[in-house]
Amino acid sequence: MKSANFYGAGFPYRETQKLSGKIIVLEGSDGVGRSTQIKLLRRWLEDEGYAVSDTGLTRSTLTAAGLDEAKSGHTLGPITMSLFYLADFADRLENQIIPALQAGFVVLSDRYFYSVIARDIIRGIDKTWARNLYGIALKPDLVLYLKASVSNLVTRLIHGRGLNYWESGMDLHLADNMYDSFVTYQSLLSKEFDELAREYNFVPVDADLSPQEIFESLKGPIVSLLHNRLTKAKKPK
Amino acid sequence: MLKANTTKGKLIVVEGIDGSGKSTQIDLLYKWLQSQGYSVYFSEWNSSALVKSTTKAAKKQKTFTPTTFSILHCTDFADRWENSIYPLLKAGVIVLADRYAFTAFARDVARGVDPEWVRNMYSFAIMPDAALYFRVPLDIAVERITGARAALKYYEAGMDLDLSENINESFKLFQGRILNEYDKMVDEFGLTMIDGTLPVKDQQRKVRTLIKQMLGKWEGLPNPNRTNIVMQNPQADNKDKGGKK
Repeated sequence: MKSANFYGAGFPYRETQKLSGKIIVLEGSDGVGRSTQIKLLRRWLEDEGYAVSDTGLTRSTLTAAGLDEAKSGHTLGPITMSLFYLADFADRLENQIIPALQAGFVVLSDRYFYSVIARDIIRGIDKTWARNLYGIALKPDLVLYLKASVSNLVTRLIHGRGLNYWESGMDLHLADNMYDSFVTYQSLLSKEFDELAREYNFVPVDADLSPQEIFESLKGPIVSLLHNRLTKAKKPK
Repeated sequence: MLKANTTKGKLIVVEGIDGSGKSTQIDLLYKWLQSQGYSVYFSEWNSSALVKSTTKAAKKQKTFTPTTFSILHCTDFADRWENSIYPLLKAGVIVLADRYAFTAFARDVARGVDPEWVRNMYSFAIMPDAALYFRVPLDIAVERITGARAALKYYEAGMDLDLSENINESFKLFQGRILNEYDKMVDEFGLTMIDGTLPVKDQQRKVRTLIKQMLGKWEGLPNPNRTNIVMQNPQADNKDKGGKK
């Protein structure tokens, strides 16, 4: 069974027609500047008169505590990990994203399931299995794919929140230290991302530029997506 | 959709609606197989400690949707699969499971999730060497459950589906839907049906005959001292250890 709005069957037991809002996804590696851009986009869209809701991986209250606990133990198998992320995604989709879209919001999603399956595939998860799991996922109206060089990612991370165990892919035993592991892991990820980008029609955005320049290049595709409504919904100043 | 068993071990699962008597039968089977000198491990549905805190909270706050209910039960299964069931099958152990993927295929579809989607989700698992389906008519199962237990729980009665405001009535309607899904799977997966209305002893005799036939001259991991298998996974729950009560 397939539904027009979804990659697969979606939620057959739930009314999901009439989604008058738009969902815009920002994808890209750790340290690429997604959260900065989400903040800028949110402010801009709100100024333009849109109601904006944002969401991101692991923000579901259903699974947040369990995921933290699981990650701190390091005993989680790859399939289990994959399913935990799926639960987080499903909960946010049903309880947050779909209701927001029904209410006409612009939903800004800091990553979507593409990141999750890219990470899973590197850990040996079957590609078809992973894609079919996300048959519940809504097709976004726009996926903006921020791409930066590994050297820029390292610079931003080290001067930002630092390297960490999971973002460096240390569980894969690629290297004996987080830096080398991060570099190898990110190049593996970026290969997977490029494949996903073709399959799911990501719009690539050069993220080696300054935050302001990146922001300017993100605006273009969003303006064409919201075009009619951008002028209509504008607040009187 | 389930993979063929290429491990050295044997996988035996019991299925059926609540009150079908499957747990009694698998308990007897466990003890018997062990007395025959096999290495046996028992795994129970919804028993991974890792996922427990999440499912417990969601059940209490009633925040499950049919989809998240389905995913978290599969997460629980996957944790048991990756940390105990699969490695033990590889080692040549007989793994007994009280409920398996078929429980999800019946229950989650009865809740309204897409049948193909949930089948894909469990497709990392192995098709059991024996899948015993204990079938009882709805009335008998309902009588057994409502008679033996103090109160039905919200999700087991399918109260989230708004079938009826009366919990007993909702339970009956929901179990009826599940029974229907199980019946459909007899052909789809070749489940072996056992009449759950027969006396316990008679059912067990049938079960042992079937399993003896299935095992034939098979030899798995030796169990020289007839001991229980305990997995040393820090997150494994007491329930999910070889030691049955």
